[in-house]
Amino acid sequence: MSGLKVVFWKELADYLGSRKFLILFTIILVSAISIVYILSQNIGEYLSEISKEYVFLNFFTISLGALPSFIFFVSFFGPLIGIIFGFDAINSERSKGTMSTVLSQPIYRDALINGKFLAGLATISIMLISIILIILGLELGVLGIVPNLEEISRIIVFFIASVIYIGFWMSMGILFSIIFRQTTTSALVSLMMWIFFAFFILMISNVIADQVTPLNQNSTLEMIAKNENIKSMIMHISPVVLFQEITIALLNPSARVFGISALIKANDLLPTPLPLSQSLMVIWPQFVGLLALMLICFAVSYIVFMRQEIRAT
Amino acid sequence: MKTIVLDAKNLTKLYNHTKVVDSINLQIEEGEIFGFLGPNGAGKTTTILMALGLTEPTSGEINVFGYNSTREPLKVKKITSYLPENVGYYEDLTAQENLKYITRLNGIPGKKADAKIEEVLKNVGLQDVAQVEVGKYSKGMKQRLGMAAVLVKEPKLAILDEPTTGIDPKGVEEILELIVKMSREQNITVLLSSHLLYQVQKICTKIGIISQGRIVAQGTIEEIGKSLLKEEKEDLLEVKVANKLTPALEESIKQIEGVMGVEKKSPDHSLEEIYIKYFREG
Repeated sequence: MSGLKVVFWKELADYLGSRKFLILFTIILVSAISIVYILSQNIGEYLSEISKEYVFLNFFTISLGALPSFIFFVSFFGPLIGIIFGFDAINSERSKGTMSTVLSQPIYRDALINGKFLAGLATISIMLISIILIILGLELGVLGIVPNLEEISRIIVFFIASVIYIGFWMSMGILFSIIFRQTTTSALVSLMMWIFFAFFILMISNVIADQVTPLNQNSTLEMIAKNENIKSMIMHISPVVLFQEITIALLNPSARVFGISALIKANDLLPTPLPLSQSLMVIWPQFVGLLALMLICFAVSYIVFMRQEIRAT
Repeated sequence: MKTIVLDAKNLTKLYNHTKVVDSINLQIEEGEIFGFLGPNGAGKTTTILMALGLTEPTSGEINVFGYNSTREPLKVKKITSYLPENVGYYEDLTAQENLKYITRLNGIPGKKADAKIEEVLKNVGLQDVAQVEVGKYSKGMKQRLGMAAVLVKEPKLAILDEPTTGIDPKGVEEILELIVKMSREQNITVLLSSHLLYQVQKICTKIGIISQGRIVAQGTIEEIGKSLLKEEKEDLLEVKVANKLTPALEESIKQIEGVMGVEKKSPDHSLEEIYIKYFREG
């Protein structure tokens, strides 16, 4: 255990002091501050759009013209952050020759990978907590109202979901850093996976769904529903889609269904907000799915790493 | 009877059905500087990795101070230092920080570690650059830092894999001196893997030669030389003459009883001698 602790603290210090961390942190911070600033300057114009019960949550979800919302930033930059922390975790140690030095010390081999993984998660958590706190602080100062308990608990769950989401991308990066000896290869493959899950999965799910149940003008509602179902099944492989649905349900308390049924039933539903427990029920499968993806990625990296030969040459 | 520090019994390792290490038997006694010789790819590094428990043997076993390397790797690694071939350090950390990380991984308490780090950095002559990032170090300095990393955990056995490749003759000389010093002053047993025969001959008390995964010879250089080269060599005597060697003088030496022959040699200086003299004194 002591080996794990030593690796953890060393990696944490490395991450927090690294240039890549500072750059990413600055980007997200600037975008978050600008969103809060613009929104608070023009709050009058958006009064019709924002929900009166949960004023605070609006700052995370509303997009203002050209400026995207904060959750968009997290779902878009989150993978990049995760990948940047993970893609060179193991293969850079290997190519620099530091790995055999570390592993010849009296520690178990898994202390290295566990320490790196936990330090990465801790860094992501620190980054997200500080940004969320900054946003909340700015809102408090600008609006002069206090978030209620419901809002605070929703933000906490949102934070946990974001850590798992970014953690998935990090463990995927770590996996590629174990499989590929070159850091450039692992970086490129990680980015390809991100582009695939964020963009291509949409097209692919469309193509497959249309192959299985071709739609035309005479298609029945059942056919359309079946087509939509196939589409959403494929889309739900993507952690990006899972995370987007989780954030929508968490930060927009009136959301209760997704996919085609959301369109069909939208008019029949009361627009009253759900309590947190009910929102959690709505997105529980997505939540578990996201967590499972992260854990599977890490478990595979763990096994591959433990079975790999140490020698660099 | 001295204690056996490292003991390999029928050690075998297969990679994709090729025997990289083929039933090796190897004993190293306490206090020895054991030269582990062999061409590239003969199985030296694989044997070393098995000794440290970083690779599992296919069959056979290897013990360090009585601890089985495969089953009790932590106990072995606690008392064994390893200087890998192509050793690397965290380049954005200073030498002092790099060593601190190693002492932490070894669970050496802070104050004791700080004192030890200062001591070993002084020993290897890096005390003035202790606070400089390792990325700015030359190859020779990095290798000396490697020696510091070996010493900092106060090992009983030091395994050095090609510690002198890629550094200049002066650096080599310094590293070899350090190895001899640590062996004598701290009674550390040394396993030195190398294919640079000249250096091995200079400092090693015993050698083992490995070829294609098999130990082909083991013992002191004299023993192996005798058994391998069979016939006893005649003694050579060097005679220095005052001026030029005259034919008359040569003839009179030949006349002495027991002299087999006289051969004239021009005085030769090795480039290494010149180099070391130049950089040591100049």
